Amino acid sequence: MELVQNFPFICIVFSLTCGVFCAVLKGNAAKRLCLCWLTLTTLMSFAVLIYTLKNDGYYIYRMGKWNAPWGNEIRVGVLEALVATAFSGVMLLSLLGGMHHIFTDCEPEKTNLYFTMCSLLMSSLFALIYTNDLFTAYVFVEINTIASCALVMLKSSARTLVATTRYLIMSLLGSGLFLLGIVILYGITGELLMESIADKVREIFATGEYSLPLTVIIGLFSVGLAVKSALFPFHSWLPDAHGSATASSSAILSGLVLKGYIIVLIKIFYRVLGLEVIVAKQVSQFLFLFGILAMIFGSVGALRERDLKRMLAYSSVAQVGYIYVGIGLHSRLGMIAACVQILAHAITKPMLFIAAGGFMDVSGGQKSMSAITGAGRRDPLGGIAFTVGALSMIGIPFFAGFVTKLELTQGALESGNVTMTIAIIAIAVSTLLNALYYVPIIFNLFSKREQDEYKGLRVRYRVDYAVATVVFIALNIGFGAFSEYVVGAVRRGLELFGM
Amino acid sequence: MRSDGFFSHMVNFVESGEFCEKNYTLTPSEKAVIDTNTPENRWLTSVQHSEKPVGVRLMDWFKRRGFEVFNNLYRVASVFICMTLIAVMLSVVSFLPTFGDDGNPAVNEVEERYVSKSIEETGTTNAVAGMISAYRGFDTLGEAHVLFVAACSVIVLLRVDPSERRRGHLINPDMIGEDLDFEPNTDLILRKAAKLLVPLAFILGLYVILNGTSSPGGGFSGGALIGAGLILCSVAFGFKRTERFFGDEMYHLIKTVCLAAYALMMAYFIFMGANGFDDHVWLGIPGGIISGGLILPINIAVGLEVACTMYCFYALFRKGGL
Repeated sequence: MELVQNFPFICIVFSLTCGVFCAVLKGNAAKRLCLCWLTLTTLMSFAVLIYTLKNDGYYIYRMGKWNAPWGNEIRVGVLEALVATAFSGVMLLSLLGGMHHIFTDCEPEKTNLYFTMCSLLMSSLFALIYTNDLFTAYVFVEINTIASCALVMLKSSARTLVATTRYLIMSLLGSGLFLLGIVILYGITGELLMESIADKVREIFATGEYSLPLTVIIGLFSVGLAVKSALFPFHSWLPDAHGSATASSSAILSGLVLKGYIIVLIKIFYRVLGLEVIVAKQVSQFLFLFGILAMIFGSVGALRERDLKRMLAYSSVAQVGYIYVGIGLHSRLGMIAACVQILAHAITKPMLFIAAGGFMDVSGGQKSMSAITGAGRRDPLGGIAFTVGALSMIGIPFFAGFVTKLELTQGALESGNVTMTIAIIAIAVSTLLNALYYVPIIFNLFSKREQDEYKGLRVRYRVDYAVATVVFIALNIGFGAFSEYVVGAVRRGLELFGM
Repeated sequence: MRSDGFFSHMVNFVESGEFCEKNYTLTPSEKAVIDTNTPENRWLTSVQHSEKPVGVRLMDWFKRRGFEVFNNLYRVASVFICMTLIAVMLSVVSFLPTFGDDGNPAVNEVEERYVSKSIEETGTTNAVAGMISAYRGFDTLGEAHVLFVAACSVIVLLRVDPSERRRGHLINPDMIGEDLDFEPNTDLILRKAAKLLVPLAFILGLYVILNGTSSPGGGFSGGALIGAGLILCSVAFGFKRTERFFGDEMYHLIKTVCLAAYALMMAYFIFMGANGFDDHVWLGIPGGIISGGLILPINIAVGLEVACTMYCFYALFRKGGL
């Protein structure tokens, strides 16, 4: 076994330890430790990605002395390594971009705990990406839930506390449903390892027994994870939580945390329950339908907001809808579109939130549309980043968002008549709505009618913010320009998933 | 408008008082309606009502009554959904295989190996300890960190900075004298009983932790006992005397050392196992205290961590600090 193959396990376990050490260090020392560790995990994940691409395959890493049904194991393939690299890098950049806000928004005694939560969150995301065992997934979903609530709560204000309470209640409801699903699935199969469950489920499905429990299991998993990833009817907690948290938290929560649960859902659908069961139980139609509704109503919600960060949060609801539409198409092209959207949104939305944090700096800490008028002129780098992100969200070619829409349209064209019509109309309407609320903001950002008190104000760039925005812009344009490599890697990764 | 219940309070807060009509002031037109609401003037009211367009009247009605109706509908719907869920889950349970039956799918090669080979492979006579700390040790590592992240979240939420407490920057100044610093350490019966019970709790906790490899128990249950002993100690003798041996620094020291040691041991175990090296851990004599190889130190680390977490929850809720 080569050294590179150990990297995923090192990323998971030592991210936990990094979090433990951050809890006893002072704020600045914790920051340095956390940033160094995240840089290291990004590099290690990238090395794993190169390794899996070179070997063109996946490998099973045994967590301990015993083979899988007895011990734990993780599975590392192209898709997993790609997502892990992206998530780790985005986490690092989000922290860098909002660093200044972390130190002003948190109480000074508790700043180090912010980095604790980030490390633990990163660890749980790694585990959710790599896991090959349902119970391991549940344990790390718990860490993910609590840590992400704490990230909202660390900016201490009445509004964040209420937002956290709602988020916590909804998120725990999701965890509970997910756990019930695992329990019933274990009851009828007696296995926790994904491949073993898949074999047993195939047998059970062929004989036709346990039909009702199987339906309920699929429902529990879908609803539980949909609540946690804010699919349309369950999205009410999201605008408050993402809109009121500090800039880095908003970026991390909407860019990464939502996607972590969706990755678990994809794994459950395609590696645990199997495509034929999903198709036979008609669940993908529901996901498709709610995804379409999310695309429309998320954008309508964003259109009605006058608060920049809440508007971005509603936009996340719409973007999560794209992922679910991709999953709901239950075809290979649809899945590719969903995975590409996971990556594209993970690098775009954090950039928008970081830029929004920058605008708040030059607008006296306010985030309403009137206050940020002309903020792009006061903070040109943030203005460019926001413009790039907004164009990407609308789906202009050469930006990341365009790739998703292209793949999704291709996936829709391949599917049946009715689905195709609905999906294409929804994509068109959603694109139009996206343009309707993003384009006015871009004009507003560069407008000369600034409020008098902020006129002539120029930002003094901090290195971390500048680096983060520049890298985000480069990533987004790079993603759009070299999309065939990303799509190729995703396609290969999904083939290794057994699709 | 009546606006009771948790949900409506939350919505009122989030909507920043748009629907909150506790301090609702009547508009002149509404005052006119009320003034004319006597038997002889009733015709006037109906005329005034019909003067308003239907849309406006609907909006008026919605503002006055709509939220209440929504609230009631919400309650009915939530009860209905819960009852449906209960019915569905009960019917699912009736379909599941019988618990403990020979034909139960859970009776398979996994369970068989745990029962028959755990003494040989993990060196424990307590198969559960072998299962959670050795076979599936990675899951348990995550579980210990769930406790850690929960404790950290409670610290974020409830910890009051000691210097701030002294300067009296608390939102509610009454809390300083009355709740946070109030120590009921005058109770003679409690103190006498605690003198007897606290050492017993500690010793029993230690016993459960150390014998976790050979008898039921282990880090989580033993740690809970020690934590309960610590809580009893601080209830009976006051925080000042507890802080002499268990304060903020001690808490962080124990917690960090335990979790880091646990993670390091697990990392070593996983690394050696995954790469196919021999891990050179002496498994000890099954049934004795020193048995199970790494399980004993892991149990100790988990036990201390759980004890710290339990006490941390109590102390933070009680006085906003350790």
